[in-house]
Amino acid sequence: MNTAGNAVLFPQANLIYLDNAATSWPKPPEVTQAMVHFMEQVGANPGRSAHRLSVEAARIVYAAREAVAELFNVPDPLHVVFGANGTEALNLALRGLLRPGDHVITSSMEHNSVMRPLRALERQGVEVTVVRCSPEGFLDPADVKAAVRPNTLMIALNHASNVVGTLLPVAEVGRIARAQGLLLLVDAAQTAGAYPLDMAADEIDLLAFTGHKSLYGSMGTGGLVVGERVDVSRLEPLKRGGTGSRSEQEEQPDFLPDMCESGTLNAVGLAGLEAGIRWVLRQGVEAIRAHEMKLTQQLIEGLQEIPDVTLYGGLDTARQTATVSLNIAGMEPSEVGLRLDEEYSILCRVGLHCAPAAHKTIGTFPVGTVRFGLGAFSTALEVDAAVEAIRQLAREAR
Amino acid sequence: MTSSQHAVILVYSTSHALRAERLLQQAGIGSKLIPVPRHVRSDCGVCVRIERADQEAALQALEAAGVEIEGVHRI
Repeated sequence: MNTAGNAVLFPQANLIYLDNAATSWPKPPEVTQAMVHFMEQVGANPGRSAHRLSVEAARIVYAAREAVAELFNVPDPLHVVFGANGTEALNLALRGLLRPGDHVITSSMEHNSVMRPLRALERQGVEVTVVRCSPEGFLDPADVKAAVRPNTLMIALNHASNVVGTLLPVAEVGRIARAQGLLLLVDAAQTAGAYPLDMAADEIDLLAFTGHKSLYGSMGTGGLVVGERVDVSRLEPLKRGGTGSRSEQEEQPDFLPDMCESGTLNAVGLAGLEAGIRWVLRQGVEAIRAHEMKLTQQLIEGLQEIPDVTLYGGLDTARQTATVSLNIAGMEPSEVGLRLDEEYSILCRVGLHCAPAAHKTIGTFPVGTVRFGLGAFSTALEVDAAVEAIRQLAREAR
Repeated sequence: MTSSQHAVILVYSTSHALRAERLLQQAGIGSKLIPVPRHVRSDCGVCVRIERADQEAALQALEAAGVEIEGVHRI
């Protein structure tokens, strides 16, 4: 892929932004332009009134649904439910479908966006099994199969760890879920846009995504794609209210997406999201992945040569995203992060990354790690600079 | 508008109307999203206005894609 012009995109060219696993930055210029266009030229409430600006706003939101549907191979764009972020989408899927007495299987590599709703549901009588992953973060599908009970309703898995980038075998688990009549919920926060995802081929029933990472949209956008096998009449919305449809009724609509989208949507954000996904589709997910994996390989190889640096995860670019976690012997992650920022202008994320279970699995709880998250706009020069900075800090820590 | 030439297709939400508009566009059938006429139904939403001559082809295209139709009215 072509990342020329990167310097133009950066308002501060001396910064090296390696925190894309939290939020991608910079964004393609088209994303900002689409959002400015919405604010300056459209602005009206999508789907509430029927005047031209309201219809245009609704059309922009619908175009975002189409973009999501195209990216994930979803036949009906109306099965794309928008919300504030991936966390809201995961809450909708988990709290909306699981009832006391149901059993759900998840992995020990999950983010708290899955773990916290599940622990709350557990207190209400939902049975939760956490399948243990290897110290590299790998999940054995046979362990998932062995955990299935007569009352199992759902398997909820992240597609890739936000701590070490390790990919979980969603397609294999999808086949197990289909064979057993279970729903598969995939948390694609770390992979949507960065790794090929096909709801049909991967046999995914519920796909939660966020707009501000590898889809290159703004914060405040995300959603849940609801597959054909999900019994929508069983899905309990997180909130109820105005939808612009069925206004004569005081009962919540019972159809997608309106039933789950009460309140005015973040249409300006969705304008940006649509532009971000179109940008991803133009580059091609495979091309973005190839670029990121080349740099990830360079980063892993560079860091592996440094004495007193421990790397975590599988360290195999065929089985991970562009996220690499490390520690320097004798220096706390928080100090490494601060010094990278202040002395090297390298921005990353340190600590537990909202994923205590994952850190327990890889053996870094409660200290955490230093995490580099590369993105489509990362460059080989930036990776070299990061490796060199870690080399110098490791030398000083000795 | 000259109302005698048109029909409106009522769907369940603006999202459905937009999907219908896109499907009709793909089928080569002209349409326009307009407010639901007051005498048809008192809702705040939009509906899909088409030429009456296109009504049969339009309904076929929408039904083939599984779009739920609430009603069709001549206006």
